[in-house]
Amino acid sequence: MQVRSEVTYRYDGSFEGLLCCVFESYDKKEIPADILLDAAPAGLLFRDRTIVTESDKAQRVLASIPQKMGRDALFFIRQAFLTCLPQKEVQLLRFMRLGYQHGPAVLQMLTDETVSRLMKAVRHLERESHLLKGFIRFSITDNVLTAQIEAKNIVLPLLAEHFCQRFPEERFLIHDRSHGMALIYQPYRPMIIAVDEWEMPQADETELAYRKLWRLFYDSIEIKARHNPRCRMTQMPKRYWKYMTEFAAENSAPQREIGERKKMNAQRLLPPSQA
Amino acid sequence: MDVFDKLKILTDAAKYDVACTSSGVDKRAGAGGIGSAAASGICHSFSADGRCISLLKVLLSNACIYDCQYCVNRSSNETQRTAFTPRELAELTMNFYRRNYIEGLFLSSGVLKNPDYTCEQMIETLRILREEYRFHGYIHAKAIPGADHRLTERLGMLADRMSINIELPSQRSLQLLAPDKSKQSILAPMGYIKQRIQEATRDIVKYRHAPKFVPAGQSTQMIIGATPDTDFQILNLTESLYQKYKLKRVFFSAYLPVAENALLPSLDTQPPLWREHRLYQADWLLRFYGFAANELLDGEHQSFNPFVDPKCNWALNHREFFPVDVNRAEYEALLRVPGIGVMSAKRIIAARRMATLQEADLKKLGVVLKRAQHFILCGGRSASLIKCSQQTVLRSLLSQKTLALYRAQGGLAAGAEQLSLFELPAAQAITLLEG
Repeated sequence: MQVRSEVTYRYDGSFEGLLCCVFESYDKKEIPADILLDAAPAGLLFRDRTIVTESDKAQRVLASIPQKMGRDALFFIRQAFLTCLPQKEVQLLRFMRLGYQHGPAVLQMLTDETVSRLMKAVRHLERESHLLKGFIRFSITDNVLTAQIEAKNIVLPLLAEHFCQRFPEERFLIHDRSHGMALIYQPYRPMIIAVDEWEMPQADETELAYRKLWRLFYDSIEIKARHNPRCRMTQMPKRYWKYMTEFAAENSAPQREIGERKKMNAQRLLPPSQA
Repeated sequence: MDVFDKLKILTDAAKYDVACTSSGVDKRAGAGGIGSAAASGICHSFSADGRCISLLKVLLSNACIYDCQYCVNRSSNETQRTAFTPRELAELTMNFYRRNYIEGLFLSSGVLKNPDYTCEQMIETLRILREEYRFHGYIHAKAIPGADHRLTERLGMLADRMSINIELPSQRSLQLLAPDKSKQSILAPMGYIKQRIQEATRDIVKYRHAPKFVPAGQSTQMIIGATPDTDFQILNLTESLYQKYKLKRVFFSAYLPVAENALLPSLDTQPPLWREHRLYQADWLLRFYGFAANELLDGEHQSFNPFVDPKCNWALNHREFFPVDVNRAEYEALLRVPGIGVMSAKRIIAARRMATLQEADLKKLGVVLKRAQHFILCGGRSASLIKCSQQTVLRSLLSQKTLALYRAQGGLAAGAEQLSLFELPAAQAITLLEG
């Protein structure tokens, strides 16, 4: 029987790194109190142990997941790794332990605290990426489509497939300011890379005209007798508005005031297949 | 007139059309093309009235030869008339689409000159989009009643969804307010579209690359509250449209007075939004919950209960069906419990394979316990329905605001049997036509 241990793991923030933490947990027959990023400030209560990312250990764990708990579970784990759930690493470790114990049925253990919390986080991720598929606004300069977002979860890997299918012949860039990463596409070559600072290019006359046309459409489509700002807010939370053309001041790009934001290393956060 | 003025006028004229969904078809651009569609549909914005914006919803022209009394574009209305050229509209669509403002185009039109000419103009717009721009995004086209079948056919080959608005739920109402339309002129093309969809589906089984005819199906809409048609009549019509005409969606639109007319409710009439809301709830019950129209309303109860939703109303009037045991009941029975929806019913089925469900677990599965608690058996605990009177249950189902309204109507003094016989709230009462 493994006991909750007095140790905190430190890892490099990569998916492979997390798999190595799982390896370590089984190897030492312990469940760490928490799994933190290398860069996180040191805690007072627990001993720290740095888990070095080793490719062969990660591969062994990775190969065992679909074998023991099925491909759906592996897909779920990859999704959950992209969420903004606090302490997602240690929750994922517990989830995998349940998976090794119960097999594919782990995905049906919806009343288990860990499973239910992770499922909720994944739904939040999926919902956010679904909303952004609609709410992202591109500007066009020199035939390149550019957009910015501030997402809570790491949504770019989920958005990639959608926009690559939609604009197969275009060149586009979506910059996620909150995670310091960008999805860059030129015909048939998508990439997600780390981009900390990046400014939207200056809009030309055509771009400004279409922004204006869109605002005109947006304002005309409302039926005044049914005015219902609360319903709008429920469907389209205000945090998305600042990047949306329809809410921008006349002829200007959408307002962007930005507070504190986390900077992360994009490549390290992504699963190997997408980095 | 420049494109700004045209867009303003033709958006204004189209906004009363309800349908703006982009669902029902999954596809992606081929090489050299642009655009895709997601089966779930994608909303790109929400207007200040809270309604979803997914498509560029405009009229090709608001010059109409018909004189339907309820319509802003009726020929007798003095308003500025204009029309897009097919190329203008196609270019606008593409530019909005590339900026990700929209999921595609919703194209309707007033009847310009005659139905055939109007239909040809729409076809030309769609042809430019599909053939010149190789656009694979979503297109919803309004069929023009009275147009030649061959034109409707061509339009359907270019669109993802087609719709013909029923507008008024009965022949009598049509005669009264839309003398140029008849039940037959609406149902004939609807039947034709249904038949073509079925033929095209059969062809696809035979030949994989058979061209698709309106792959996202057919929809319609009706105006609620302009005429004395009851909820019961409207819901029955809705049900038969799903069954006989295989429609994908039926939309409802609370009547907004746009014309002073002796035949219509007066101009200060508030749109019956709560009635529209109840109809949508009931429509959902028909499509996803296995309810039949005559279970929700009947000859004696022709109107929806304004205080509780149709599912709660049904549950309160069918206490013999409850309690439902969440650990044993079939999916269909779970769906009948207020507070359990399609998602939570599915999760219950999955989760109970692994563990016996307790009441606390249900919350994690997304069940709304406030409503469900009265109607379920869970882990040996009996439902409170057995112990509580119907009035107590009802009181706990209503929000504070609704409860106050209900009390003001003397609702709680009345007997439990009166539940579905409420008077309509005075503030929201609609002025019905004579006779």
